[in-house]
Amino acid sequence: MARPIYKTESGATVYGILAEFSNPYTLSEAAKSVRDAGFRKWDTHSPFPIHEMEESMGIVGKAIRPMMFVIGCGALLGVCGGYLMQWWINYDYAIIVQGKPTYQAWEPFVPITFELGVLFTAFSSILGMLAFNGLPRHHHPLFSSDRFLRSSDDAFFLSVEARDEKFDPSATRRLLEEAGATHIELIEE
Amino acid sequence: MSVINPDQINAERLAGLRPSPGHVDIDPALGDGSLVDDPAENAPLVLNNRSFHDVTEIVCGYTEKAPGFWWIHVVGFAATVASITQIMILYLIITGVGVWGLNNQVDWAWDITNFVFWIGIGHAGTLISAILCLLKQQWRTAVNRAAEAMTIFAVICAGIFPGIHVGRVWFAWMLFPVPNYNWIWPNFRSPLLWDVFAVSTYFTVSLLFWYMGLIPDLATLRDRAHLRLRRGESRNIELRFPVPLPLPTIRLPFKADVLRAYIYGFFAVGWRFSSTHWYRYEKAYLILAGISTPLVLSVHSIVSFDFATSVIPGWHTTIFPPYFVAGAVFGGFAMVLLLLIPLRALLPNFEDLLTLRHIENMAKIILVTGMLVGFAYSMEFFIAYYSGSEYEWHAFMYNRATPIWGSDKGAPYWWAYWAMITCNVLSPQVFWFKKMRRSVIAVWIVACFVTVGMWFERFVIIVTSIHRAYLPGEWGMFFPTPVDILTFVGTCGIFLTLFMLFVRLLPVFPMAELKAVMPGASPHDYHDEHDDDHDSEGGH
Repeated sequence: MARPIYKTESGATVYGILAEFSNPYTLSEAAKSVRDAGFRKWDTHSPFPIHEMEESMGIVGKAIRPMMFVIGCGALLGVCGGYLMQWWINYDYAIIVQGKPTYQAWEPFVPITFELGVLFTAFSSILGMLAFNGLPRHHHPLFSSDRFLRSSDDAFFLSVEARDEKFDPSATRRLLEEAGATHIELIEE
Repeated sequence: MSVINPDQINAERLAGLRPSPGHVDIDPALGDGSLVDDPAENAPLVLNNRSFHDVTEIVCGYTEKAPGFWWIHVVGFAATVASITQIMILYLIITGVGVWGLNNQVDWAWDITNFVFWIGIGHAGTLISAILCLLKQQWRTAVNRAAEAMTIFAVICAGIFPGIHVGRVWFAWMLFPVPNYNWIWPNFRSPLLWDVFAVSTYFTVSLLFWYMGLIPDLATLRDRAHLRLRRGESRNIELRFPVPLPLPTIRLPFKADVLRAYIYGFFAVGWRFSSTHWYRYEKAYLILAGISTPLVLSVHSIVSFDFATSVIPGWHTTIFPPYFVAGAVFGGFAMVLLLLIPLRALLPNFEDLLTLRHIENMAKIILVTGMLVGFAYSMEFFIAYYSGSEYEWHAFMYNRATPIWGSDKGAPYWWAYWAMITCNVLSPQVFWFKKMRRSVIAVWIVACFVTVGMWFERFVIIVTSIHRAYLPGEWGMFFPTPVDILTFVGTCGIFLTLFMLFVRLLPVFPMAELKAVMPGASPHDYHDEHDDDHDSEGGH
């Protein structure tokens, strides 16, 4: 069953509803009620990470497990690749140091293996974080709201996308109003 | 003017002309409130009841508003000094390393001293960011951005020296395992190669760590620029002369906010402050902090392996890795203080975010690491005696500590050794006194001493150890040439130029992290309140 596509009076497609809250506490409580109402495509926005917000939003673990896996793979790739690079290069061009066997004496390879492991973990954690967050992203419908731009300063928002199965322009608005939103606006696509 | 423009009020307040709305009078007994000694009470990390918006205004104000006249003069001077290094490097490359004072006996001198000095300074940034992040030391938020920036600039300065000291600079790429026509590969068992990997990894990871912290703050600058553009508040760029001259102001045909929206926007990668994003961001940041901590420790350990794995008396010691790491933290914190204390005086409202408590904490770290370094100095001495190796004993007793007039075997470099002891071990001892830790001037002076002392430490380790090796027939001295001196002085200019550009162009404080540790940032701060309209009043 196709979900209805909501349009504004001017004919633009509705992206969703944006509700402003006055502080982290009301935002966190509102997130709990939106979570309990069964919404899926929604998010909160705050100028800084709010303590335990992931619990209020019900995303603990879910949102980060794939990212953690990618970071772990990156770390493993760095460590294995780093060691194998040195092992192979010593095999290809053996430099005998202190009369030790060329590549069975593995101990001096540890520092570079470690460094490359760290390097790859760092890259995979920042790139993994961005990739799972869907960034870099050139534009987002929320940025069209002047009010929303203050989320980088001192304002707290909750946005519900029109794509969500439970979305309904008036019922969702009422839910957010009951949750204590101080300002609600419709965002166009 | 009868109507008061709110932006006018804000600008005046930012310039320090007006107290903040919630200004609290300073209690003479307790200072500004940041110095509470009661362990049950958290010292405020942001003073004067600042709201979240105030923090944004203060920090963004440093990049958005024209800086004081001092800025252009400092950056002009620093850039001029920096150009000296460029000239000296050019001269070195077209002439050869003979332009330095190196000789057959002392074949590592100021080049490696400067390298270790700068790389050591580069350690405080990641230490503050990573280790203090893992230890949940919230006071790090005031200093971590500047310290990380300092790390990157210091590693840039450090990276110059190994690059140019190799003699034939155009072969420096052979340090990396690049497939080449001669079918040769680097020696992975050499600590010098470990160093290449350690330093380049350190630079890259520090840069990533710094950039990751910057993403939300760049998004804040981007959003503010967009808001001003939408409201039509932006003006075209006006170029003013740094000195008052009767010349017309040049007005460029584009707006600064357009540039800001594009450039900050590009690097902010479309960050929209989503909590799902924050959740992943915080976890990834924690991982980055977790791997940076052993990285910091490994990098200076590996730098010390350059020396410790050799058989030169004075270098061949197992204490080197922890000793070098402690020294790096020590020197790095001194440099953080050296830079931030003047900024605290020059930039408006800086002292609300970098409180005396922060300075006191850093002074305590300087005291602790200074004692660690002092312990390492004495332990080196003790082991030289206890090992029974006459070469070790000679290296410490006669090549370093005994003045030339004290014994016929006395060292010509005794003054460097005692300069190191005075600056690194004796000068931080003043921090046993609370009054000294809390005096900005005293802390700054000690930081200067420590910075000088840490340079001498590396000089003592490198030059005094190799100027007299096993055979008296090959004893020699090192005298720096003007090229040696100017190259080093120029790197200070490079460092200061980059730091001044950072202060002007990027947020000096991590706004998002700072707001997250302010009262009112946690939903738990609102438990006792029934009226939810206050967003700056915290409390439990």
